[in-house]
Amino acid sequence: MEHYIGIFVSTIFIENMALTFFLGMCTFLAISKKISTAFGLGIAVVVVLAITVPVNNLIYQYFLREGALAWAGFPDVDLSFLGLLAYIGVIAALVQILEMFLDKHVPALYAALGVFLPLITVNCAILGASLFMVERDYTFTESVAFGLGAGVGWALAITALAGIREKLKYSDIPEGLRGLGITFIATGLISLGFMSFGGIDL
Amino acid sequence: MSSSKEVLFAPIFDNNPIALQVLGICSALAVTVSMLNTLVMCAAVIFVCAFSNLFVSLLRHVMPSNIRIIIQMTIIASLVILVDQVIQAYAYEVSQRLSVFVGLIITNCIVLGRAEGFALQNGPYMSFLDGIGNGLGYSVLLILVALIREPLGAGTLMGYTLFANVNDGGWYVGNGLMLLAPSAFFIIGLSIWALRAWKPAQVEPVEYEIAENVQYKEAM
Repeated sequence: MEHYIGIFVSTIFIENMALTFFLGMCTFLAISKKISTAFGLGIAVVVVLAITVPVNNLIYQYFLREGALAWAGFPDVDLSFLGLLAYIGVIAALVQILEMFLDKHVPALYAALGVFLPLITVNCAILGASLFMVERDYTFTESVAFGLGAGVGWALAITALAGIREKLKYSDIPEGLRGLGITFIATGLISLGFMSFGGIDL
Repeated sequence: MSSSKEVLFAPIFDNNPIALQVLGICSALAVTVSMLNTLVMCAAVIFVCAFSNLFVSLLRHVMPSNIRIIIQMTIIASLVILVDQVIQAYAYEVSQRLSVFVGLIITNCIVLGRAEGFALQNGPYMSFLDGIGNGLGYSVLLILVALIREPLGAGTLMGYTLFANVNDGGWYVGNGLMLLAPSAFFIIGLSIWALRAWKPAQVEPVEYEIAENVQYKEAM
């Protein structure tokens, strides 16, 4: 159990998806002007990551990895080169299904997340988490902890940045640095702050 | 119809995908620790961007518009798999260091953004040039960042020693910050500032006008 909590905590703070691996930066910078929208997007990312990473883990374990098709009678087949195509397909399909499910059964949540869900398909944090999961060879339970942690970490980072940007717009910034430039520097400072979590080990 | 030269060169400074359109920064920052990684990554992005634009443009009249995103994703993903396999075959060490970031070209917003925004409306030749141009615009900023980070961080460039490091008996004390994640944010932020000082048309409008300070006049 401690092992899984360790993975969860270290993906949130030490190996934060947005601040250490720069994943999901496009949406991270584009949708962080208001805290409420940033938080909504953050929650959507947590939900999608917590579902797609374990599902992709199952696909990798039972279809794609070398020798994974032994149960179907093909012990020598290695389909791992198809990984990219399979993961992005799974992500796109799951986001679509999630959207339809929320629309029908949880309309309140759909109204809040609806706009963000299609955006998430092309968010590199989602695909990145699946690729890291394959690279680090996580088991199914580990991948659940990793997916949840990656989502929570990303949501934390974007909400923090939105909080800073809401205040930042009242400050007198040099012309050329206004908008995008100062956002980059603020993100750099947050990222520097998160470095202080480095070395924490559970 | 704009001339082919304009399509090719406009994205480099006038309409840079990273500095102005905020696209594709995701994978851009992580690979710039060393020049070699950066060059391989740039070549991969130019290739994928140019050919995905070409194929999307060729297919633009036969694609039903409600499933076009899936078709574009499939085209891009197939091209990225091709690039990934080539890099693994011919530059295995680089592929180890780039780790997941080659795969992440799929979700690089530049590629999908150009396919969606340009290739769907324009002919194959122009789209191909637009892909190369945007790939180059991405590369210019990336190479610039790598050019600052690698020499200042490790004292090397492309693996050759520029400044002899203290650890190897030289004089240069490497700036560790340059090898860490935050420095990439600072360098890109500052280079956006430099670019906008040079081309003031790119400056963003103010969201909130600060009232003039009148207190000091009252005090007098």
